[in-house]
Amino acid sequence: MATTDRATPAPASEAAAPDVLAPRARREGRVARNLGTIAMVWQREMIRFFRMPSRIITGLAQPLLFLFVLGAGIDPLVGGRSTGGVDYQEFIFPGVIAMSILFSSLFSAISIVWDREFGFLREMLVAPVSRTALVLGKAVGGGSIAVVQGLILLLAAPLVGVSLSPLEFLAMFGLLLLLAFALNAFGIVIASRMQRMEGFQMVMTLVVNPMLFLSGAIFPTEGLPTWLTVLTRLNPVTYGVDPIRRVMLGSDAVPLTWGDWVVPIWLEVVIVFSLGTAMLAIAVQTFRKTE
Amino acid sequence: MCREHQGWDHASVANGNGVAVAVDGLVKRFGEFTAVDGISFEVEPGELFGFLGPNGAGKTTTISILCTLLHPSGGSARVAGHDVAGDPTGVRSTIGLVFQEITLDDYLTGAENLRFHGRLYGLPRAETKARMQPLLEMVGLTDWADQQVRLYSGGMKRRLEIARGLLHTPRVLFLDEPTIGLDPQTRTHIWEYVDELRMREATTMFLTTHYMDEAERCDRIAIIDQGRIVAIDSPSALKASVGKDCVTLDTADNVTARDEIARGVGVEGEVLEDGLRLRVDDGEAFVPRLFDHLTVGVHSINVRRPSLDDVFIEYTGRDMRDAEAGATQQMAANPMVRAFRK
Repeated sequence: MATTDRATPAPASEAAAPDVLAPRARREGRVARNLGTIAMVWQREMIRFFRMPSRIITGLAQPLLFLFVLGAGIDPLVGGRSTGGVDYQEFIFPGVIAMSILFSSLFSAISIVWDREFGFLREMLVAPVSRTALVLGKAVGGGSIAVVQGLILLLAAPLVGVSLSPLEFLAMFGLLLLLAFALNAFGIVIASRMQRMEGFQMVMTLVVNPMLFLSGAIFPTEGLPTWLTVLTRLNPVTYGVDPIRRVMLGSDAVPLTWGDWVVPIWLEVVIVFSLGTAMLAIAVQTFRKTE
Repeated sequence: MCREHQGWDHASVANGNGVAVAVDGLVKRFGEFTAVDGISFEVEPGELFGFLGPNGAGKTTTISILCTLLHPSGGSARVAGHDVAGDPTGVRSTIGLVFQEITLDDYLTGAENLRFHGRLYGLPRAETKARMQPLLEMVGLTDWADQQVRLYSGGMKRRLEIARGLLHTPRVLFLDEPTIGLDPQTRTHIWEYVDELRMREATTMFLTTHYMDEAERCDRIAIIDQGRIVAIDSPSALKASVGKDCVTLDTADNVTARDEIARGVGVEGEVLEDGLRLRVDDGEAFVPRLFDHLTVGVHSINVRRPSLDDVFIEYTGRDMRDAEAGATQQMAANPMVRAFRK
């Protein structure tokens, strides 16, 4: 690629001494290099994930606690009222999976701050690759990890009394991937503006927890006080949680509404996808500025 | 005293196109503070170019601009024919970096770090594989290639960084304090690799260092102070420019000795912590004359030709080793580190 760079815009005199300054090793073209970069960043995320087993366990502990302890504890209190007839544990199961996607995505993205402190970010930023490829690789990598976590949790389905047809499973997989991708893009935007790891706790308290509580993951989005109804509708995560619940619980799920209008799943998908893409664009812009 | 290098086309250097690094009126401001204040210089292909200066003089800022990590506020810089502002990708594909901070991934193995670097620089897999083995051998890490980097010692990490910096055959290699904090044996090894590399691939090297022996190896040295280049030449020419020999004597009473010498021989000395320092043209002939005028007892006497350290003091008013001592504390205030933590 560098050779082509030199060949096109360079004045003739510069071509006189090409071997002195041109790189010696054979190089791939721009497209191959950027695709290779996405694959590399993705692979790095996966390798690091599987080499840190503590991270897998920590990532699963909180959702399982919510599902089995909170789920079992709250169930007698609710008794199927306002959860559409299903018991509370069944109701929060999709919410808990979405929660693990939320935590895992934000955690993956925030590892950028680590990379900044420990230097690997610079190794990536001084490389002759597009910032888009770096951010995309990061989002796809973090997204994959989040989906892996979500799928591990899905193994608990029989214990909760949920069963999925192969088609429903496929739809679930797609929805998890979409939510994970969008949340990773969002996390990267936060991480790219964060200076040190000290800010992590603040992000968890002020950003992640409100996003979780206002998403319909833990309690239904219907029959709430007006202010809560408005806030849940403004929270993008709501549009990731609702389709997961509708696919998982089928006709038992109480769908999300705007006023009296039931929001169709396709629109929810479009909302999450658009927001994710917009976040990705902002992240790329932020990294361009640091070059 | 620039060495001749194979394949270096004089004509193209003369018209400014074949130059490895060309900096013209470069300025970098951080708010009110001007870190780099209109510097200009050129580095020829294959040259080992030393960039010296006290901390905060603008060294790291300049390197960061040349590596496309910071935008210049004014002036221009070209690396291997690519403009750092207009064609950062072009610059990035032709340079290699070995910095004082480790930028390896701890949880990846040595081999994985190299493979991933190959991907980032668009090397075909076969090419990466073919270059990896000899490089690992060169830095003595063949047996450690499949171990995670977090198990490496500091010296091993630095050696892996050097191997990685060379993997994609950069035309210009930036070495920012590459041996800082390493033991003398590892430093010697690293310089053996660097010399071998220059012989084999005619790689241009842009070095910053606080070690005098490393500065001595350079073809040319630029000394930067307060954002300006105060001297630029070969080490021998720089030493010659300082001129005089340095006579240091320690006596029972240095102040009296200074006054007696000033009266008797007409040379104004300078009382320093380690003794009385005198600058004279021919130190060895000067010493016997001294004794005719001294009434105080002499403990020791030392005659020295000017060293690069003297050059450094002459142009910056500071000692090279003082600058080194401050280096670790200064790291946090380093503009490049700051840029990354912004």
